[in-house]
Amino acid sequence: MAAPSSNVGKPTRDRLPCNTTSFQKKSRSKLVSIPGTRPSVQNGQLIVSTGVTSLDYVIGGGLAVGTLMLIEEDRYDSYSRMLLKYFLAEGVVCGHELYVASAQDHPNDIIQELPSPILDDIASPKPAESPNKSCDPEGVDTMSIAWRYQNLPKVQTSLACSSRFGHYYDVSKTMDPEVCQAARCHSFYLPERSTSVTSSPAPPSTATGQSPMPEAYVSLLKDLQEVIHKEGFDGSLSQTKSRNILRIGLHSLGSALWGDDICCSNNPSHGHALTTLLYGLRALLRSSLAVALVTVPSHLIQNKALMARITRLSDTAIALESFRGSEKETNPLYKDYHGLLDVRQVPYLNCLVCDLPDNKDLAFKLKRKQFTIEVCLCHLKVSLADH
Amino acid sequence: MIREKSLFPLKMFAELNSILNTSPENFKQGEFILVSDRQSDASFLIHHFLSFYLRAGCKVCFLGLVQSFSHYSAVSQRLGVSLNQAREKGQLVFFEGLKESLGVLLQRNTSNGTPAVDFLRNSSSDLRGLYDFVRGNIRASEGQGEDWGPPVLLVDDLSVVLSLGVSVGAVLDFSHYCKATFCSELQGGMVMLVRCEAKEEEDEEESDEGSEQLLRGLTHQCSLTLQVQGLLTGYCRDIHGEVEVCWRGRCDSLQIQRKRFQYKVYDKGALFFARGTSSAVL
Repeated sequence: MAAPSSNVGKPTRDRLPCNTTSFQKKSRSKLVSIPGTRPSVQNGQLIVSTGVTSLDYVIGGGLAVGTLMLIEEDRYDSYSRMLLKYFLAEGVVCGHELYVASAQDHPNDIIQELPSPILDDIASPKPAESPNKSCDPEGVDTMSIAWRYQNLPKVQTSLACSSRFGHYYDVSKTMDPEVCQAARCHSFYLPERSTSVTSSPAPPSTATGQSPMPEAYVSLLKDLQEVIHKEGFDGSLSQTKSRNILRIGLHSLGSALWGDDICCSNNPSHGHALTTLLYGLRALLRSSLAVALVTVPSHLIQNKALMARITRLSDTAIALESFRGSEKETNPLYKDYHGLLDVRQVPYLNCLVCDLPDNKDLAFKLKRKQFTIEVCLCHLKVSLADH
Repeated sequence: MIREKSLFPLKMFAELNSILNTSPENFKQGEFILVSDRQSDASFLIHHFLSFYLRAGCKVCFLGLVQSFSHYSAVSQRLGVSLNQAREKGQLVFFEGLKESLGVLLQRNTSNGTPAVDFLRNSSSDLRGLYDFVRGNIRASEGQGEDWGPPVLLVDDLSVVLSLGVSVGAVLDFSHYCKATFCSELQGGMVMLVRCEAKEEEDEEESDEGSEQLLRGLTHQCSLTLQVQGLLTGYCRDIHGEVEVCWRGRCDSLQIQRKRFQYKVYDKGALFFARGTSSAVL
């Protein structure tokens, strides 16, 4: 028999209330497990959910902590914005801290629009007196067949810190304001930042050592580094503070509102501003317990080589193409979907190669309670009768 | 079981070693190996060369510009080499580009920070500071009477500096100076990774784009190229892509020798096979 469980012989109150069995895995690692994270089955890396379980699946299980995910926006920034909101909502549900930066909409508006989580199936710690209550054999609620499940709670009424990986959201409702308030959120709204940070393009580089990045990017990077350092996400605080993840959402980087001109001209004067920012973000993320999601309006960037460089400087990269407004909307082949999703890049971190599911020909559909991503067999008329 | 385990480490990149006709015990000195990729990821070759030259007992200077030290350390562990030990013994000098760059990018301590990342300060967007750093480290070891083999420089990846504002000319200057030091003067070696974008046929005017220019310039300087490319037919689970190996500048033959293989990367190495002979096909 394997090494005995450390819980054998312990009184009931010492056991984890969430478990229905007395088995507890003997863990040698001293790592405190952070809610909302789990080790990847590929390489043991710590991963978090993107908030969309089907997206987690196609990118190999989830987003690795310390990495950056790039989303190439669809034309009207509707679905990419939705994915950003799912990502932040997942952070709220897991108890992570949030950092939201935007040059267009105020981060508070984005937070208030987060979808409401569907929590019916989450088990929570029960109060101590309930096991006695349900032992009544004559009670109406007593289960006779599935009696092992008798002691599980029926409905989650309050939002406890969820330790589950990946949740579902109802996009027709917004998250409870009290829940949003409870989440720690740092915001960076470009128009509100100090007057020295203007959104005008950076002056041409001079011999005196001017920064290659527009002021907006530099102040974003500085602010982010300050938050990471102050809140201890880079390990600067003592071990007694419980570890948490910082979820960073950066909306529409590269757009003209950030002072960048890669979306405006074919030959941008600072073509490497966004790539330098991404390099700086990578440096920050690799040394912190943080995950970043960046959306970029790639459909405005004419230079394909530049877009390829931006992709290379991200870790995970996906692109969305919405059917809305295009001739594909009325195409009967695509009637079941809202758009196409292309997985451009998945990182191989700490390993030579990863096992990935088939990632070609993916299409997505935003349903009320689920954002589904499926392999779209539209271009092949596969007759199921042949199989 | 135990016997298989001890044999397995030798198999990891054994096919590649036999293709290149080389081994850690006996490799050609003074070589500049250029690894490039297009629509694929050739990083696995950099991991291979890192463990190869460490096993060969060379003094290795690794410029890790795009990933953290722990990433290379984790992969090298699987390939049977400990980077931590190599660093402690003084065999490996590891430059963490990300960590060193952050201070400059945040514009704090503009006077401090290593001059190796001067190219980010934009006052002089060339790689002279980086070259001085590299040469300084190699020179330092010579005086200490260490018993390492010839020095080798590895760069992963060189094309990222183009994204940070360095001109193609500056990068070619850097590689030229490094080649003069590592290959000609010290008879060691050099391996550099350059990443390119997919070539589109209709974008003829884009052929002057930075990384293409850099690739052409470096190809001219090097003695051996390994060009990795994704399959034209798209992603395949069993064949990750193709590698074209090209030996250049052999003084005893007029022709440039080329060979093409398909490959598949697995967790501890890579398999190379002639085109069309993948086990998935046969």
